Amino acid sequence: MNWSISPMEWQALSLSLKVGLWASFASLPLGLGVAWLLARKRFFGHGLLNAVVHLPLVVPPVVVGYALLVTFGRTGMIGAWAYDVFGLSFAFNWKGAAIAAAVMAFPLMVRAMRLSLESQDPGLEQAARTLGANPFRVFFTITLPLMLPGIVTGLVLAFARALGEFGATITFVSNIPGATQTLPLALYNFTQVPGGEASALRLAVLSVGVALIALMASEYLARRARHLTGEDAA
Amino acid sequence: MIENTLKIDIRHKAGDFGIKAKIEAQPGITTLFGKSGAGKSSIISMIAGLVQPDSGRITIGEEVLFDSSQNINRAPENRNIGYVFQDARLFPHMNVRQNLSYGLGRMEADQRQPQFDAVVTLLGLENLLTRKPLKLSGGEKQRVAIGRALLSNPAVLLMDEPLASLDAARKSEILPFIENLAQEFALPIIYVSHAVEEVVRLSDSLVLISEGHVAAQGTVEALMSRIDLSPITGRYEAGAVLTPIVSEHLTDLNLTQLNLLGHNLFVPAVPITPDTAIRLRVRARDVSLALERPQGTSVLNMVPGQIHEIDQDDGPHATVAIKVQGTPANTDQPQDQTILARITKKSLQDMNLQNGVTVWAMIKSVAIDRHSLGGHGRGTKRS
Repeated sequence: MNWSISPMEWQALSLSLKVGLWASFASLPLGLGVAWLLARKRFFGHGLLNAVVHLPLVVPPVVVGYALLVTFGRTGMIGAWAYDVFGLSFAFNWKGAAIAAAVMAFPLMVRAMRLSLESQDPGLEQAARTLGANPFRVFFTITLPLMLPGIVTGLVLAFARALGEFGATITFVSNIPGATQTLPLALYNFTQVPGGEASALRLAVLSVGVALIALMASEYLARRARHLTGEDAA
Repeated sequence: MIENTLKIDIRHKAGDFGIKAKIEAQPGITTLFGKSGAGKSSIISMIAGLVQPDSGRITIGEEVLFDSSQNINRAPENRNIGYVFQDARLFPHMNVRQNLSYGLGRMEADQRQPQFDAVVTLLGLENLLTRKPLKLSGGEKQRVAIGRALLSNPAVLLMDEPLASLDAARKSEILPFIENLAQEFALPIIYVSHAVEEVVRLSDSLVLISEGHVAAQGTVEALMSRIDLSPITGRYEAGAVLTPIVSEHLTDLNLTQLNLLGHNLFVPAVPITPDTAIRLRVRARDVSLALERPQGTSVLNMVPGQIHEIDQDDGPHATVAIKVQGTPANTDQPQDQTILARITKKSLQDMNLQNGVTVWAMIKSVAIDRHSLGGHGRGTKRS
């Protein structure tokens, strides 16, 4: 058994990390906004927004990938517009893969942040208002800092989900080595060709390793965040 | 200091529950007293701007905070109102110093440091400044919350049962601070409570709240001795509030002699300078009545007076209001004060007690609730 990792496998790993980091961090502001809307506001369409956000959890990933292809493809509504205005293309490149991963990970991110918002005592925000803080200052000095553990959890969950993304990605941006072939896609590829067993095993071990590191890092970060928000008794 | 009388006149309906309140609060402590759920907290939430009343007007001096007829409704952050919540609501991610400083922005820049130091000293927070709220005791949390509200430069301070979640020891730790506030900072303090001891000790003015409306507003002495208000002030705890003057200390007997309109009262020695007016609460159930001055009794405190009201309740008891007349030691003006006695209806019949009858009130126990009406009170003692 040869444990040395081939350039192609390295490529899949680095692409996966890039896609995962972009997918989780770039969707953070939107995730925060949606979590805040769902947790704090009651409005017409609240239930619908909640359902749409959670949709990727329940529909087959292939359906999500197909929907992305239709909307974000070069001829799709958003895809054509993004290309005309910004010269951005998502078709068959890593950006498309990041979008697919972000959409699939979005419900997990929103859920974690919404829970941390809902567990926050709104009385603290009221207290801040009576001390002269406007809603803007209240959000950035009270609400957001106290959400930190939830934000860390949301980011890590989204990152982990993005790393594992398969169905939506392969449907939307296909399986192109060096461009859209992330770890799971490469792993799938090697299981389909004769003599690929060693590569498949190495990639599987790599995947587990990355996931383990991410989980331990999140545990550490969440502890630090809880310390900052004064939740730990230590 | 600008004239900052708080005036509110508001109506609000939430479900079946209606609030209708007209209250005026001068600098000093105005307590809102009533049962849980009477609407006290709702009223101060509306003063702070956390809840919007359906209609009415709220002003501090010339400043209009809310006026439904002019469509004025200032946001909480623009009302200059300090709010001490029952649960303290300290920001858990900030240490005590950061919590105290959160509202400093409303104060003139050159005032911040001296005021900060003054409040820290007043509330004894020097050793807590670097601690996070989680490591504070309940009493310490409330002291920080009071300091934080004071440092936001309020024109009015609202306190919503700040002692309700504390045990007796913590309460007596904080009460003196609150007593001092009204004198140190000449601002109206609205103090919400359902504990009669706190009310008697702290009130400069008392507002009785019942089922969302103001049942009565006046001095503690006047309202606590009104039998018709006893369903609100509480029957079992019912009792009149008296304001005698300290006459002398009988050191060999460990007693202090008080002068109530020319009548002597004796209480366990209290360290108060003679000639100071103090506030006593005499519970109605601690008072018994006699038609003539009793002889050969161990009861020390006996005061003659005239019955002016009798209220018979559904049970075996009746409450009798006795008016004591005389001239206080510090003026020439005759005054009267009222003592309440809770006796059985049988005694009422046997003694043939009616309005106008002169009786002797025998006081078995006295609670000293406020050591000085001029204000250096410390602690509550019972004899």
